[in-house]
Amino acid sequence: MLKINNLKAGIEDNQILKGINLEIKTGQVHAIMGPNGSGKSTLASVIAGKEEYEVEGGEIDFEGTDLLDLSPEERAHKGVFLSFQYPVEIPGISVSNFIKTSINERRKAAGLDPMPAKELLRKLREKMELLSIKKGYLSRNMNDGFSGGEKKRNEIFQMAILEPKLSILDETDSGLDIDALRIVANGVNKLRSEDNATIVITHYQRLLDYIVPDFVHVLHNGRIIKSGGKELAHELEEKGYDWITKEADKKWD
Amino acid sequence: MIEKKQLSEDKLLEKVTTTEYKYGFTTDIESDTIPKGLSEDVVRIISAKKNEPQWMLDYRLKAYKAWIEMEEPEWANVSYAKPNYQDIIYYSAPKQKPVLDSLDDLDPEMKKMFDKLGISINEQNKLANVAVDIVMDSVSVATSFKEKLGDLGIIFCSISDAIQDHPKLVKKYLGTVVPARDNFFSALNSAVFSDGSFCYIPKGIKCPMELSTYFRINEAGTGQFERTLLIADEGSQVSYLEGCTAPMRDENQLHAAVVELIAMDDADIKYSTVQNWYPGNAEGVGGVFNFVTKRGICYKNAKISWTQVETGSAVTWKYPSCILKGDNSIGEFFSVAVTNNFQQADTGTKMIHLGKNTKSTIIAKGISAGKSNGNYRGLVRIAKGATNSRNFSQCDSLLMGDKCGSHTFPYIEVKNNSSKIEHEATTSKIGEDQLFYCNQRGIGTEQAITLIVNGYCKDVLNQLPMEFAVEAQKLLEISLEGSVG
Repeated sequence: MLKINNLKAGIEDNQILKGINLEIKTGQVHAIMGPNGSGKSTLASVIAGKEEYEVEGGEIDFEGTDLLDLSPEERAHKGVFLSFQYPVEIPGISVSNFIKTSINERRKAAGLDPMPAKELLRKLREKMELLSIKKGYLSRNMNDGFSGGEKKRNEIFQMAILEPKLSILDETDSGLDIDALRIVANGVNKLRSEDNATIVITHYQRLLDYIVPDFVHVLHNGRIIKSGGKELAHELEEKGYDWITKEADKKWD
Repeated sequence: MIEKKQLSEDKLLEKVTTTEYKYGFTTDIESDTIPKGLSEDVVRIISAKKNEPQWMLDYRLKAYKAWIEMEEPEWANVSYAKPNYQDIIYYSAPKQKPVLDSLDDLDPEMKKMFDKLGISINEQNKLANVAVDIVMDSVSVATSFKEKLGDLGIIFCSISDAIQDHPKLVKKYLGTVVPARDNFFSALNSAVFSDGSFCYIPKGIKCPMELSTYFRINEAGTGQFERTLLIADEGSQVSYLEGCTAPMRDENQLHAAVVELIAMDDADIKYSTVQNWYPGNAEGVGGVFNFVTKRGICYKNAKISWTQVETGSAVTWKYPSCILKGDNSIGEFFSVAVTNNFQQADTGTKMIHLGKNTKSTIIAKGISAGKSNGNYRGLVRIAKGATNSRNFSQCDSLLMGDKCGSHTFPYIEVKNNSSKIEHEATTSKIGEDQLFYCNQRGIGTEQAITLIVNGYCKDVLNQLPMEFAVEAQKLLEISLEGSVG
């Protein structure tokens, strides 16, 4: 589904990603871990197409198309979804209005008519239940006055509605208490299928107890320095990052 | 990378500035126009053409004499080349004498124009249940629904007709809220106003439909000086809307209107404006100078609510105000002011609290794009006797791009210590982060801006009558088309 090939990117003359290679197949969950400043969020932003990052080389093949040729909204239309580390507030726009616009823009790109109101409402209700979201939520304004946990849940709610092919969860666990974490993780797990794939970016292993990955990659200084199965996450939790990063630093210096 | 970002912003600015003004057509209608310039004779000619009674001519002449002694104000935070008042045509009327009862008899050219403006009078009557008065250049050309309103005793007609048919009412109230000498532009208007709308709602009557006026400047080199007088008698209610457009012309056209509202005891007036005068082109050439005095007076328990969506004009100078004279009266001001390209706006309100327990609310939302400059200027004055009065003000500014400006000038004067005033102000920029968030959800940048701007203006747009809220939203969209990268 996704094949990242020697991706190099940075911001303002500062190269952050120094040659990322990553392949993800449908049905898989990949975790990307790494210390602060290793480039995890940059990778997420570059896949989603954030303009402030300059791509200096490489490609991101997504089902036969190079995402780098597409605008952020076109990537979204193709089924790429980013759950933001810091979801943005849009005052005055209700959650339902925002999601409706989002769905219908995607349908428009696919040559479909807007979703009938009844169908939309049914879908919203169904996903609210999935994520234990209370009534009244749809008429609140997008992330405006939301707690940290509510914002993250709102991200997963949108993901549930939009049913993307590739979901990137950028530090979705940060700011969540244990109950909220369970609900969010539970939601993500229910959305997993043989037709989609997920990248979980996290600092801590905690989230991976709930969303169990097929592969774990360690990102350090703009490169994936180690890949393994889910047991790698536990090893990192026990031993920290130093034992691999030091080794890698020697290699690349 | 910075270059790249710059490039996208430039692209955005370019797009904004190339968005065309949709209403910039002129219509070939034969008109009766007097020579340029202003003098006592011109005032007399205007009055004579309108066959006015002596008291009206006297009123005009007095205003003219006051005006020649006055200086054009310079305190607003706008800069423009002052109009040459001797180079303006003060009276221009479409030659066709309108037949009020049968709109089918209208000049076909004029009808075509109304269609272009999106005002199919008959259709609009049926669909929206809105009574419309249309003022082109200087005179009122069509008033619809006159009879139906007449059954309730409601008078809705051009001010010229009112001077002829209801002289007592006009004489009693004209100039009582905005005296001719109030300011330079009100004096000018009082001397030369050629038409406008008049409305009287009798005691206890709730006007069953929206009353609406469309103003249009058509003739080149003309100024438009319309006069609106709206009287809501005790316990009555009315909702009134005005819309404005003008053709695209290279020279600046002057528009100096005066609007007076009178809300007697327990009356309720809602006055909404969608102002879309020609804003000038992308280089700042042309456009309408919109120098307007709007003021209402509230007697006991009365309420006046001003709502304005201001997207047009090269320069706007406008402060719809409320004098809260009666105890327990309420004044409201809801405003969205958009400036783009080289537009400048200095707009806000005055809330003058005189009665006890009076309340006022001000919600002003400014949006600046391009190289424009938007200013909020507001005065809240609470007199000594206005005990237990309250004011809440919220002034927000939204900036798009880095070449525009926005300023807030709030003046607050409180003369007693039982009153309460709250003032909130914010300035924000449509962030790259907000746009990217929308983009990531599949929403393109143009639509994202519309979404964000609509959200930002929601508190004000919600105040507009249903039929016009949609129109205002579309107008915002057009005004800001292509505003960011």
